[in-house]
Amino acid sequence: MAKYKNHVLVCGGTGCRASQGEEIVQNLNQVIEENGIENDVQVVRTGCFGFCEKGPVVKMVPDNTFYVQVKPEDATEIVKEHLVKGRQVERLLFTDPETKERISESKDMGFYKKQIRIALRNCGFINPENIDEYIAREGYAALGKALTEMKPEEVIKEILDSGLRGRGGGGFPTGLKWELTRKVEADQKYVVCNADEGDPGAFMDRSILEGDPHAVLEAMAINGYCTGASIGLIYIRAEYPLAIERLKIAIEQAREYGLLGKDIMGTGFDFDVEMRYGAGAFVCGEETSLIHSMEGLRGEPTVKPPFPSESGYKGKPTNVNNVETYANIPVILLEGAKWFSSIGTEKSKGTKVFALAGKVNNVGLIEVPMGTTLREVIFDIGGGIKDGKGFKAVQTGGPSGGCLTEKHLDIPIDYDNLLACGSMMGSGGMIVMDEDDCMVSMAKFYLDFTVEESCGKCAPCRIGNKRLYEMLDKITEGKGTEEDLGHLRNLSNVIKDTSLCGLGQTSPNPVLSTMENFWDEYVAHVKEDKCPAGQCKSLMQYVISEETCVGCTLCSRVCPVDAITGDKKAPHIINQETCIKCGACYDKCKFAAISIQ
Amino acid sequence: MSKVKSLADLRKMKDELQSKVHLREQSDNPEKLVQVKVSMATCGIASGAKEIMNYMIDEMDNQAIEALVTQTGCMGFCHAEPTIEVTLPNNAPIVYGHVDQKRAEEIINKYIIRGELVDGIIPVNYETVKENKND
Repeated sequence: MAKYKNHVLVCGGTGCRASQGEEIVQNLNQVIEENGIENDVQVVRTGCFGFCEKGPVVKMVPDNTFYVQVKPEDATEIVKEHLVKGRQVERLLFTDPETKERISESKDMGFYKKQIRIALRNCGFINPENIDEYIAREGYAALGKALTEMKPEEVIKEILDSGLRGRGGGGFPTGLKWELTRKVEADQKYVVCNADEGDPGAFMDRSILEGDPHAVLEAMAINGYCTGASIGLIYIRAEYPLAIERLKIAIEQAREYGLLGKDIMGTGFDFDVEMRYGAGAFVCGEETSLIHSMEGLRGEPTVKPPFPSESGYKGKPTNVNNVETYANIPVILLEGAKWFSSIGTEKSKGTKVFALAGKVNNVGLIEVPMGTTLREVIFDIGGGIKDGKGFKAVQTGGPSGGCLTEKHLDIPIDYDNLLACGSMMGSGGMIVMDEDDCMVSMAKFYLDFTVEESCGKCAPCRIGNKRLYEMLDKITEGKGTEEDLGHLRNLSNVIKDTSLCGLGQTSPNPVLSTMENFWDEYVAHVKEDKCPAGQCKSLMQYVISEETCVGCTLCSRVCPVDAITGDKKAPHIINQETCIKCGACYDKCKFAAISIQ
Repeated sequence: MSKVKSLADLRKMKDELQSKVHLREQSDNPEKLVQVKVSMATCGIASGAKEIMNYMIDEMDNQAIEALVTQTGCMGFCHAEPTIEVTLPNNAPIVYGHVDQKRAEEIINKYIIRGELVDGIIPVNYETVKENKND
């Protein structure tokens, strides 16, 4: 095997690829060849580095220089300066938003300082399309250890002792789930990987599959050994083409090496994995719906019990786990339950991957130990709120979760604490909102999503959510009454109590938690016809101050509907009837004469 | 590549493949390793720094010394090329000049392994910006 002196790691996650990551790789390879150093330097496409905000990311090894926002045309400079002459390309280094200093090593960046990477251990480190690199990082060693040195019961005990809980959101103890499936007698059992990641703004599972697909395959095989299943199925949404592509390559390579298929490692254990594609319905993340969808039926939930562990895919015992849960398994077996349970809080062990999005400086994928506070996540890792604005709230758990506010910032994040605050862990989406975000509109946004995604099987979810949405819409239009607020709360509770599956049982959470935390904002909408955040268009107007306006006519020229009139050098006036509240005048005014009221 | 027939097979394979990603693993905590920087500006390369770098990598690999060999720009000792800077864990960096293969061998066997200084040390005559700031 060729030995390279330098490795250039180029992020191959969806985000960075969309910003011309592929061209960067091509250009780098071309310039490297032109300079005759192709035998010394290896360019590697890796999974997501997590620092999506500043992508595309390129990391130089071994000196660990971390380049951000690289463009294809930068390839020449990187090769000629960095690789040939050994000089860092200063302008591509990351600039610390607080100190304004340029930082060359990723470990010195606030973004990476507080993180522990277990599920993401190989993301951004290995080439996900090369099984050799996975094996070099102890890949499939956990499977080998389980098959040759441990009994299924022992493996399950190890997982149980580690304290690992389901990372898809529910937080059910993983070891217990495995044990339940193992205990049932059947001629055929199935292992299912739930890769139907549906929360708006969440991309943890996609990044793991894109960056380290073998980890999931290995964990599924371990599960098969424990539960007695010989077939694994990955249910993945078709809108994740890159993850699908890499999984296919991984499955193919694992079969070639005999790590999937018949008689794995000479132990007589058979296991193979197939893919099933979903059409991207949110409800199919619920395990019974997911199984029905795989069977070719409509993606609708059914009442539990029976649980999938008794009667799942094709009526056979089925173990369903989420991608991130699986990604933790091989490490637990290799490092031991004791090590894993030393990380995290009393009842939530290990780490959690979060997709940090919204109004934070460092949007991206992070992995922190359970028990890290929201403040650390948003301000230390996330780099604070964009444009120096004030923090208002953060939504965890997507449309099923709730919002957390200033007073929750110092609570250690784990399953139980988040539930106690009226939110939930969810799969790990974290959307940060600043002072300009209206909480009523935010609740409306999530309800809009739920209404769209409700499968329609049970009435509370199908009709109730629609009514919730209509009331919220009325309030943001300025037509709501105080009575509506009471109805909103009552109906929310009814939907929660009477819905069939998790989708409906949690869909009113954004409404309830925003009412709990931002009651004043709701009242302002219905009583004073005002939107305190200035986001609801029907409740605000742009007004030109007579004193400050110098009559430069700029606003009247940019107004797309000619709503602004006034003579040169005389104060202008906005005709509120014609104004469409696009904000063009507000953005353009050089004298800050236009205000939102 | 043949099939993995047993756990022993897999472990053997892992050991063989490890070198492939070793470089990346090491680079995460360089302070615990022997670090060698080879000055690779025009002057260094012209005097044979590339060969020295290759030799250092291969030789330390043969002797199973955990080391991080990187190239760097001109250190300013163009009169004494090839120059290399060796940093042992918890030690101040030491710069060696006129490093040919023989001296490189000596540096590995005496300084890196046993901590004995060898001929050819160039006293560092400047501070770097980073050190300055720490003061």
